[in-house]
Amino acid sequence: MATAAARRSRFSLERFLSPLFLAPSAVAIFIFVYGFIGYTFFVSLSNWRSAKPDMSIRQPLGAVYGDLFSQSRFQIDLRNTVVFTLFFLFMAVLGGLGLAILLDRHIKGSGFFRSVFLFPYALSFITTGVAWSWIFNPETGVNLLINATGINDVLAAYGAGPLKPGWITDPAVVWQLNQPIASIYPPAGEWSLKLGVPIAMIPVAIAAAWQLSGFAMAMFLAGLGTISHEVREAAALDGASDWRLYKDVIIPLLNPITVSVLIILTHVSLKIFDLVFAMSGKGPGFATDVPGIFVYEMIFRAQRYNFGAAAAIVMLVGVSIVIVPYLARQLKSL
Amino acid sequence: MAAVLAPTPQAYSPRKKSRFGRFFVFALLVGATLFYLAPVYVMVINGLKDKSYMTLSGMWNFPLYLNGGGFPVAWDVLNPSLWASLRMVVPATILSSLLGAVNGYLLSKWKFRGSDVIFTLILFGMFIPYQAILIPLIRALDWVGIYGSWKGLVMVHVIYGIPITSLIFRNYFTNVPSELVEAARIDGAGLIQTFFQIMLPLSLPAFVVVGIFQFTNIWNDFLFGVTVVFNPADQPVTVALNNLNGTNSVDWTVVMAAAVLSALPTALVYICLGRFFIRGLLAGSMKG
Repeated sequence: MATAAARRSRFSLERFLSPLFLAPSAVAIFIFVYGFIGYTFFVSLSNWRSAKPDMSIRQPLGAVYGDLFSQSRFQIDLRNTVVFTLFFLFMAVLGGLGLAILLDRHIKGSGFFRSVFLFPYALSFITTGVAWSWIFNPETGVNLLINATGINDVLAAYGAGPLKPGWITDPAVVWQLNQPIASIYPPAGEWSLKLGVPIAMIPVAIAAAWQLSGFAMAMFLAGLGTISHEVREAAALDGASDWRLYKDVIIPLLNPITVSVLIILTHVSLKIFDLVFAMSGKGPGFATDVPGIFVYEMIFRAQRYNFGAAAAIVMLVGVSIVIVPYLARQLKSL
Repeated sequence: MAAVLAPTPQAYSPRKKSRFGRFFVFALLVGATLFYLAPVYVMVINGLKDKSYMTLSGMWNFPLYLNGGGFPVAWDVLNPSLWASLRMVVPATILSSLLGAVNGYLLSKWKFRGSDVIFTLILFGMFIPYQAILIPLIRALDWVGIYGSWKGLVMVHVIYGIPITSLIFRNYFTNVPSELVEAARIDGAGLIQTFFQIMLPLSLPAFVVVGIFQFTNIWNDFLFGVTVVFNPADQPVTVALNNLNGTNSVDWTVVMAAAVLSALPTALVYICLGRFFIRGLLAGSMKG
């Protein structure tokens, strides 16, 4: 029989076991995440732009970033990321919320519907990209459905050309803001970057929303499950219509979930790579190029390691801006 | 005021809807289902078509007859990489689940000063864009001598799987009553015995959730597969599928069939064990 004192001393010895057993994972993460990020940052300041490593610092310090941001392809990539993020978030979050609200009605077969809507999440971005690249191929897919509506027969009768969008092959950038900005800020007239929406990015955002709206739906459904019946009953007794019930009561109660969904999907969107890579690649005139593809090509095709590293650090900073406050809040609540 | 009202005794029942309202909701759900299944339909239907009857303008039509379409060729092309994926995914899933179980146990039941900070620092690892660690990763793997092999890929997935697996297990073990640990302690069981005798037998559901989640994640990975492994015979199926899609000489009934084959394992896991899949998904978003 161990005495209480002996037990306590053994217990305090055990206290050392916890950090000891945690150490392998913690050290691995420290090296493979933080150490490697530091290394990549160092490469991004270096002269390394061939197969042969060259870790000498490029002068002046940070010159690689200057070159990166003045390169038109990278500027296009940043614009594409913003456009993609806006379209993707809009569709995935509203779609997910809409589906969750529809399923919240406990209609017959809601389990089946829920499984169908979440199914794409189990597939790889490569599979999704391959399938959607054919659906948004201008010679087939969606355009066949447009023909089937008979719209093009009507247009032909009036002597107009057929409605046949180029989708992922369309190099056009619409809704350009360069002129409006130039009227307020004249130097903007000199910008070579077209600030607008590259048409080809929209199908990619649709494919991404198709894949991830199910995730948003699952999050919203979990949130709806925590809203007590009393709340709904009370609103119903107050005579609130369904529309008012959702708009004034339930959706505001879901705010914390909405914030989580927005943060997680935004960080996915900033990192997007495989889906675009498989679906459209760089696209015509870089219309669907994104930083993820840029980094990959700089490192593994062009062997411009410092450029690739700098672009990767820019991606990391973007993701950190979204994620770090989220993690910090999480830490406080632990 | 709504808050003043006494809670109604009977359980909440969905309010009576007009027949039209219910029909409308149902119609919307059916419409959404068509949208969500359309790409799956395109893949399966066109994978089954014979290439001599395949036309771009007939994409949405059913195959004229069933003779396997592009599947036999797709299987021949893809089966080495399907096996390569399986050989890599299974050990990676098992190892990262075990590591996650240990970490989750320590981080929930044996907290020490600074353990929450370490946990948060570990969590950050699951959000980073992996592009930001690729250059040193490849140099390190090369240095160790496993760059280019499937073993290197297993190691990479195990290490970068630590954050998510630790998170899910930590959330799971947090909900296990601490009294169980206390009782074991009074009986003289230490940190190690408590883990093997009390926690591990309780953690089967968590292993199922983490296992399914990691199996899906690792199977679906492309970036590590395409950068860490250069021997085509060892490359995972996502890489093989992408290469196939980029080859103009292959007819697209084969590409579609290959897309179906590559998705089949995770799709089957989802269809059979979807319940656990959703749990992993929600746990992974930190609402634990």
